[in-house]
Amino acid sequence: MFDDSDMILRTEHLVKEFPAAHGHVLTACDNISLDIYKGKTLGIVGESGCGKSTLVKMLMNMTSPTRGDILYYGDSILKYNKKQKRESYQNMQMVFQDPMASFNPKMKTIDILTEPLQNYNLLKKKDKIKKAKELLKMVELPEDLLYAYPHNMSGGQRQRIGIARALSLEPQILICDEATSALDVSVQKTIIELLVKMQKELQISILFICHDIALIQSFAHQIAVMYLGNVVELISGEKIADEAAHPYTQALLSSLFSVNITQNEKIEELEGEVSSPLDIPRGCPFASRCSKCKEKCRKEKPVLREIKQGHQVACHYTEE
Amino acid sequence: MLKVRDLKVQYGNQAPTIEHFDLDMKKGEIISIVGESGSGKTTIIRSILHALPYQTRVAAVTLEFEGKSLLSMTNSQWSELRGTDISMIFQDSGASLNPIRRIGKQYVDYIRTHRKMPVKEAAALAEDMLAKMRLPDAKRVMNSYPYQLSGGMRQRVGIAMAMTFQPKLLLADEPTSALDITTQVQIVKQMMELRDTYGTSIIIVTHNLGVAAYMADQLIVMKNGRIEDKGSKEKVLRQPESEYTKKLLQAVPELEGYRFV
Repeated sequence: MFDDSDMILRTEHLVKEFPAAHGHVLTACDNISLDIYKGKTLGIVGESGCGKSTLVKMLMNMTSPTRGDILYYGDSILKYNKKQKRESYQNMQMVFQDPMASFNPKMKTIDILTEPLQNYNLLKKKDKIKKAKELLKMVELPEDLLYAYPHNMSGGQRQRIGIARALSLEPQILICDEATSALDVSVQKTIIELLVKMQKELQISILFICHDIALIQSFAHQIAVMYLGNVVELISGEKIADEAAHPYTQALLSSLFSVNITQNEKIEELEGEVSSPLDIPRGCPFASRCSKCKEKCRKEKPVLREIKQGHQVACHYTEE
Repeated sequence: MLKVRDLKVQYGNQAPTIEHFDLDMKKGEIISIVGESGSGKTTIIRSILHALPYQTRVAAVTLEFEGKSLLSMTNSQWSELRGTDISMIFQDSGASLNPIRRIGKQYVDYIRTHRKMPVKEAAALAEDMLAKMRLPDAKRVMNSYPYQLSGGMRQRVGIAMAMTFQPKLLLADEPTSALDITTQVQIVKQMMELRDTYGTSIIIVTHNLGVAAYMADQLIVMKNGRIEDKGSKEKVLRQPESEYTKKLLQAVPELEGYRFV
């Protein structure tokens, strides 16, 4: 759906398994193939335990996949040696859920902001103040925060510092792991506006992990819905509200509470719980909770297939 | 049923956390208190239950529950009221359970603290309540440790415990915030059923405006310890009086709402 020459990162059939007690195997990610394009946002939605964070760790080369490959401009990042790995971290930066926990509490803003640049010897000492001021301005913060400690700032300000730090190296890809989940809604909105503005200016790609499907569809170009380690649907952000085809995506959408809701309006309820990733059922991972489940679903695992351009679904019965 | 006039809460010598808070509640009503972090939502329901830290000053012109003033109660009167007439659900009920004791044992203890009854009878009552909260296999839940249950199941255990003595007033502090959205739906529905079956009045504190809108008859919007907007759900959501409420409502991401790209 996007131009192939704009593709920056591609994952090919990524699998991550963890050994568990009594000879069991925990499958955190199962056969994940995703593409990240220049200047676009890929949103990943799913409930806790669906493998979102494991996927990010693999992309950041912090843990290696059991099978599969990750290609950065066609080069496998898994074959990097130590030095190449360190260099490659410049291309991908992360923004974390809890900025307080990701900063050294004894460092001032100016040091937090310029540390990545200094790590790569990209900043001379005499330019430090200038660069830090520039970064603060970029994320719309006042200059007097330059010598503030993390605990002196509000949650929203801290998250902006987190974004400024991540962008200081001018990465190609920005990975946000639940970057707005700990914030209030009004602050969340301003952070999203900032991210979208930065994306337009710098043409960075964003991988945004989130459990709030309503939030993510408001700014993602593409959304991948994950369930129990599998991508069950890949769809464009504008279309998800109307054209979602997988029963799980539909269930997620219908379990949203809108502020315009009335008590008479029916909210769909998904029965049961997510099955354990320790013994993933042989068939469709969603079969145990799916209302449309048929015999084939329990026996045969559906694979992602394209039903329309830019819209992939892993379900046997999407037409019905 | 519950009447609050000019409530003021002060932690130590700090500036008051809550000021000029009024509330009127009828039997079987659901009131949602919404607001962002630090707006004093939790402090309000904790002051109703008298569950605030030592050295916190609670003052009010009126703070009445069923005609009795809650301001001059002795400790023993409080323990009689709490858990029976007024009870509370927390954000993570699992965290309020003892992690190294089985759920059944704790539940039986809880029941026997409030009402004299033989252990067997209490266990039967506990099992019955768990089953009513649609926990599959109540016997197994009774024999489990808190960590063996999922977040949604633990929350159901918390609700079951709170509902044991069919309280007249249920206080819920962010009961769904720690849950996934599909589980959130289950818990919200369950709480609505409580009102229909037992006629329980509920005060729910939440930052999720969607949940608040779905459940509430009355909606209170808080900011910095003061009421920003208050009234029936329709009024607050459709014709908000304060600028803050308008801003808050606009910030909530909605399907088919505003798109940034």
